[in-house]
Amino acid sequence: MLLFILRRFLYAIPIMFGVALVCFSLVHLAPGDPLVSVLPPDASADLQKQLRTLYGFDRSLPEQFFSWILRAVTGDLGTSIASSRSVTEEVFRAVKNTLILATFATLIGFFFGSLFGFVAGYFRDTFVDKIASFISVMGVSVPHYWLGMVLVIIFAAQLNWLPATGAGPGGSADWAWDWAHMRHLVLPAITMSVIPMGIISRTVRALVADTLAQEFIIGLRAKGLTDVGVFRHVVKNVAPTALAVMGLQLGYLLGGSILIETVFSWPGTGFLLNSAIFQRDLPLLQGTILVLAIFFVLLNVLVDILQSTLDPRITRQ
Amino acid sequence: MNASPTIPTTKVAAIEQSPGYWSGVFKRFLRDRVAMVAAAVVLLLVLLALFGAYVTPADPYQSSMLKRLKPIGTEGFLLGTDELGRDMMSRLMVGARLSLFMGITPVLFAFMIGSVIGIIAGYTGGWLNTAIMRTVDVFYAFPSVLLAIALSGALGAGIGNTLISLTLVFIPPICRVAESVTAQVRSRDYVEAARASGANAFAIIRTHVLGNVLGPIFVYATSLIAVSMILASGLSFLGLGVKPPEPEWGLMLNTLRTAIYTQPWIAALPGLMIFITSISFNMLSDGLRSAMDVKQ
Repeated sequence: MLLFILRRFLYAIPIMFGVALVCFSLVHLAPGDPLVSVLPPDASADLQKQLRTLYGFDRSLPEQFFSWILRAVTGDLGTSIASSRSVTEEVFRAVKNTLILATFATLIGFFFGSLFGFVAGYFRDTFVDKIASFISVMGVSVPHYWLGMVLVIIFAAQLNWLPATGAGPGGSADWAWDWAHMRHLVLPAITMSVIPMGIISRTVRALVADTLAQEFIIGLRAKGLTDVGVFRHVVKNVAPTALAVMGLQLGYLLGGSILIETVFSWPGTGFLLNSAIFQRDLPLLQGTILVLAIFFVLLNVLVDILQSTLDPRITRQ
Repeated sequence: MNASPTIPTTKVAAIEQSPGYWSGVFKRFLRDRVAMVAAAVVLLLVLLALFGAYVTPADPYQSSMLKRLKPIGTEGFLLGTDELGRDMMSRLMVGARLSLFMGITPVLFAFMIGSVIGIIAGYTGGWLNTAIMRTVDVFYAFPSVLLAIALSGALGAGIGNTLISLTLVFIPPICRVAESVTAQVRSRDYVEAARASGANAFAIIRTHVLGNVLGPIFVYATSLIAVSMILASGLSFLGLGVKPPEPEWGLMLNTLRTAIYTQPWIAALPGLMIFITSISFNMLSDGLRSAMDVKQ
């Protein structure tokens, strides 16, 4: 088992290296001078050269890449051009906020997704299944940024029940576990939860239907097991895959939070990315994407390991 | 009375040509009511995209400071006006063109490029397969929204850049599906037989592989159209896609965000169009999948 975990992590290293390479290339894909956002238009050639050396843009590309990656491994992602603060600090503050949002969204999505999935799978091809399946198709089809707007229109603009934007009273970016802050979480978390809800519900429906069609279910029923007993067996068979899908969804939400965070002005990684893009703050852009992608790779590894622990049928090659 | 035993006349029934695979698919598809409704909506949207610009009730670019944000049902403006006083109905109709184009084109490009790369990887195997699939794995390590935004953010706004970044986002998943179905077909007996008979790789791929793998890859690609629609409009919504004043649903949603307190339902209209389009494509794709009996 330990060997399996170790090997799984070793496999992830070349992927992470490739991810870093892609993040690095992104910056050089960008047209224009990376320093354009900090330099005054009338900057002297001397100042330009000075800044170029300061940010390391004067060295060759491979040289820049390896020095960037070496520093990244030690946790130093450089300095933000726009705010001249440490990128690592900025990213991790934002990651915390996004993580709160994404975790709540995943939990809500998992609860309703499993509920609809089980109902649809149990009552396959009935009217109930059609409704549950339709809700899950809606979940994967709805443009979530629009859903966010609609919820703001209904619950903030019209009914005035919940705040429309921000993560705390008075636009504070620091999270606290009290009702004043939690109120701000409700709308974005519900908006975000529809995607995992739709996907988990579709997965669970297929898994439940597959499990119910297997012979051991007939065997269990034949030996007189109650419906509740059979249900426990179904849950055991469905759980590992459903949990794995949930884990991956958390990763997708962390990386894909930008649209929802823009709608709700949620001070997370998406918001950070948005400002990095529009201020052309390349070190910040690079750093944020790298952290999110590495997080996603590691989450994948973790999900793999957990799944094979939960489900001994998965061979550990 | 001679009971002549009736000799059973064995008539050889004329061997009817068995209905082909595609006619079966078509029949199953016609019987699927949900898919038929979705197909009708998609057809309507495509017609709107092609001809909508010629039948608009008003000029979609004509702005007016006096007629800003008129409510739905105003005389002459059936769906009201936007934040610059332009007719919403006309803009939503014309918007279908860019929105559908931006959603479908990347999937189409990715389908062509990803299939070729995936089929080559799946058919040749060996080091080429390893090289291609490990590269694909790297792109897979990015959540799709993040990759799309990172690429668009680096390349800058504009229709061309959005198409490039979304195409790059969809190549890896299509490539993966193409690789796995090709690898399955490759190990079938008839491919072995063709190889034993001396056919070259190109001929085998053309006659034996393509016909068996394109269907599943195509079905998978159609399921990406809805995602692509949402992503493309999302990029415009962020200001990374289509630039104003072009009518595009995502961009319209963005510029109308300021109106959610004054004319909320007008502000929500462009998003409703995106929703209707993506749900129709999703249901169409689901119908196609079950009609063609493709396993995920």
